[in-house]
Amino acid sequence: MKEYQTITEISGPLVFAEVDEPVGYDEIVEIETPAGETLRGQVLESSEGLVSIQVFEGTSGIDRNASVRFLGETMKMPVTEDLLGRVLDGSGRPIDGGPEIVPDERQDIVGAAINPYSREYPEEFIQTGVSAIDGMNTLVRGQKLPIFSGSGLPHNEIALQIARQATVPEEDEGGEGSEFAVIFGAMGITQEEANEFMADFERTGALERSVVFMNLADDPAVERTVTPRLALTTAEYLAFEKGYHVLVILTDITNYCEALREIGAAREEVPGRRGYPGYMYTDLAQLYERAGRIEGREGSVTQIPILTMPSDDITHPIPDLTGYITEGQIIVDRSLNSQGTEPPINVLPSLSRLMDDGIGEGLTRGDHGDVSDQLYAAYAEGEDLRDLVNIVGREALTERDNKFLDFADRFEDEFIQQGYETNRSIEDTLEIGWDLLSMLPREELNRIDEEAIAEHYREEAAEAVGAD
Amino acid sequence: MSTTERTEAVREDGVIQSVSGPVVTATDLDARMNDVVYVGEEGLMGEVIEIEGNLTTIQVYEETSGVGPGEPVENTGEPLSVDLGPGLLDTIYDGVQRPLDELEEKMGSAYLDRGVDAPGIDLERSWEFTPTVEVGDEVAPGDVVGEVPETESITHKVLVPPTFEGGEVTAVEAGEFTVEEVVVELSSGEEITMHQEWPVRKARPANEKETPTIPLVSGQRILDGLFPIAKGGTAAIPGPFGSGKTVTQHQLAKWADADIVVYVGCGERGNEMTEVIEDFPELEDPKTGKPLMSRTCLIANTSNMPVAARESCIYTGITIAEYFRDMGYDVALMADSTSRWAEAMREISSRLEEMPGEEGYPAYLAAALSEFYERAGKFNLIGGGEGSISVIGAVSPPGGDFSEPVTQNTLRIVKTFWALDADLAERRHFPSINWDESYSLYRQQLDPWYRENVAEEYPEIRQWGIDTLDEEGELQEIVQLVGKDALPEDQQLTLEVARYLREAWLQQNAFHDVDTYCEPEKTYRMLLAIKTFNDEAFAALDAGVPIEEIQDVDAAPRLNRMGTAEEWTEFIDELEADLETQIRELY
Repeated sequence: MKEYQTITEISGPLVFAEVDEPVGYDEIVEIETPAGETLRGQVLESSEGLVSIQVFEGTSGIDRNASVRFLGETMKMPVTEDLLGRVLDGSGRPIDGGPEIVPDERQDIVGAAINPYSREYPEEFIQTGVSAIDGMNTLVRGQKLPIFSGSGLPHNEIALQIARQATVPEEDEGGEGSEFAVIFGAMGITQEEANEFMADFERTGALERSVVFMNLADDPAVERTVTPRLALTTAEYLAFEKGYHVLVILTDITNYCEALREIGAAREEVPGRRGYPGYMYTDLAQLYERAGRIEGREGSVTQIPILTMPSDDITHPIPDLTGYITEGQIIVDRSLNSQGTEPPINVLPSLSRLMDDGIGEGLTRGDHGDVSDQLYAAYAEGEDLRDLVNIVGREALTERDNKFLDFADRFEDEFIQQGYETNRSIEDTLEIGWDLLSMLPREELNRIDEEAIAEHYREEAAEAVGAD
Repeated sequence: MSTTERTEAVREDGVIQSVSGPVVTATDLDARMNDVVYVGEEGLMGEVIEIEGNLTTIQVYEETSGVGPGEPVENTGEPLSVDLGPGLLDTIYDGVQRPLDELEEKMGSAYLDRGVDAPGIDLERSWEFTPTVEVGDEVAPGDVVGEVPETESITHKVLVPPTFEGGEVTAVEAGEFTVEEVVVELSSGEEITMHQEWPVRKARPANEKETPTIPLVSGQRILDGLFPIAKGGTAAIPGPFGSGKTVTQHQLAKWADADIVVYVGCGERGNEMTEVIEDFPELEDPKTGKPLMSRTCLIANTSNMPVAARESCIYTGITIAEYFRDMGYDVALMADSTSRWAEAMREISSRLEEMPGEEGYPAYLAAALSEFYERAGKFNLIGGGEGSISVIGAVSPPGGDFSEPVTQNTLRIVKTFWALDADLAERRHFPSINWDESYSLYRQQLDPWYRENVAEEYPEIRQWGIDTLDEEGELQEIVQLVGKDALPEDQQLTLEVARYLREAWLQQNAFHDVDTYCEPEKTYRMLLAIKTFNDEAFAALDAGVPIEEIQDVDAAPRLNRMGTAEEWTEFIDELEADLETQIRELY
């Protein structure tokens, strides 16, 4: 391994060095500063005689006399089952005071793409205990379902609630292994938020089945581009080699994208929308597409990335590109939040693309899909009418319209509202759904199968509402 | 990717000079533009995209991690080509026509490794070849010389390659052959095998284009009923995420009455492709009862697969489509999504440090798009007869904003526009195609077909539906201000009729066994039933019946069940009769 003292330029997170032998693209580099500190980086561009290196920990302390060592390999994550219960920094080094990690294997952190032919289509229902998700935006094993949130909204509480409660119902009966291993990848979150997560993990004992990667707000920004890859490499190992069902929570993708932009700017690349690099779609896809199931393997990787939409704008490049890659989105709503709804999930713009195959007879319940559709349609109608009521007042509306308005209110208060500690079974969720739908006249339920209506529709409820 | 004739064409090899993501430069490489090269010790596949002095720029179709300067670059001297021949159908390829099942086997892993190559069609397998020519016959390029039963539903026709001279047949074989064995010999000395190669960036030759007059029936009411596409036509489906682009594309791939379907998943989700792979073999063609997969060729380049292969997968797809067109088939190609393709061009272009055009896209974006869509059409074939390619491209505009360059440049070319609408999707109105914004310029030229094959009055009844929906749009604006009750009764009734049009006719449940496919006759009968309700209701209103009573007739909500009714003729007959009696009883 050759050592160079040939740095020619240092600019932002980048270091340029002259070399006299070929260096591979993406190779790992160690830079030793005159102060004796060792920094790590990665080759971003390699041409004859010159390489540009992106330094994870930031370039401060590097001068032109620093020595550069090329390790001759791309970045690897040491993986072992013993990682469960450990807390690591954003570069994968233990920070919990525990013993050194003795790896079983070292795996490349840039995961290769899963052959679509080898994938297994995800269709196992995950019960999160949250009605807004289970009932109307069902999560399945192997899905990537992000939470689109905004600054100051309780996305962390929702993520924690899911991490705590997520189970796969059939396995409950068997009484084994229904819980998920949780991989938590933090990118640029504050110490306080990190503490909140850690406290909850410790309180519920979830830490034992978790691996935590922490890149905090004051850690180097460039490191954030590595943290999720380390987390996902660990997740893939646990899932596809060790048979765990893994739930990966990545927060906050917005910080990750900021780091990409920073590197892009330092490299003087032609920027795409709002200054983010043109390859951001591909880059994000390389993270999100690592969720899934593989034919013939036991485990699964389910992803819940969290991102905060800058000024709640869903058309901002970060949520926009994410939405095109992920299989749906859960949207946290500011007005529901200020109204005190817990969790403040707005189901109308939320979506789970894999829902249709994960629900129904034998999976959840035969009427699940129809009930969900009907709740959507009725709530959307009620929402529309709210605008109208502001103009003309309730008296000017028909009796039918008034029912839809009441429905929308009760839907928020009873179906969505449940608190962060309540764990509802899918049965409970659907029964609440039927309670609410029974407020509406029977013939309005045009999305539901007639047999299901006969079985579940509550005549008394309809009369009670009618009598009001 | 074709591997067969590589050895004899090898030209001067070069040496890697620099590596930056998918873009590699090499020195001393003797290559032409668009030649395929093998990069580095591992032999990663790439394509020459720029030549400047002694420096050649290559886009690499595989991950380049660990590749460094000094490694060799080997030139094949051939442009990026696809293998054509029996074995294309019922297969799933990556963006450079490597069969994914084969790759899994060769790599022994569920992950896509690098530097593994596989021919696009099985060179080992033998096929039953039945000649359609005899010794002494004259054949010209494009002529059929024999047939091979490729899958249950498709007979593969073996053609004289367009690059051949043609001549008199001097020898003909019949029986079991592999694709590389000679089956027909010509007096010109040319030997015909079942295997052809064709460079993907070059359109296969055909004679003049014709005006298409037959619709590509999709079994989707809003498409067949309001915005039809012709066989040989082009359509774009733009929409924000979650508005149902992919479901619509899948529905078309499943139910469109094309002979061959080429489905290109360009930069989309891995699980979606898996869904297609798992679903299609189980689905039956509604006309032939044969598995849908036996007429389908899938090309999957998911979003995390190398970006350069995403750029090429569209070309791979359309070239395969052209090959089947040349056999006289009606081919439908779905590209999901052309935006990812455009973005791949942008990514490569920015790595080449080209001067960007609008929003960072290369200045040649419009040219590339129109070149692609122009490969669609109904053609007179060089071997005689007709064949068509219909192209349906999904577009994923950032933020759902249709004013962005890819949508705009696409709309300038295509003749059918299906605008997906996030608002409709939010209220779970599927397919969420906006009936105000969408259009089809094929309506007039397809009307004669509809009159002849569905119903003589079809265009008039359709116009009634469009007018009613338009009127609803206008009335809704007033309702937003004053409420529904403030409208006169006849307008309230129009709203009620329009509601049935939307909920019972335009909405269609892709996941319902019966409703997922709706034949044109049923589409028409359903519309007619709503019109029956309309006519009866207005007659009753004129006779002084209060609107509440008309709305409350028992039979009316049954309109919503027409789509899912299995025995639809009986169901609709009975419903129309009931509507008539019940409404007439009111006065």
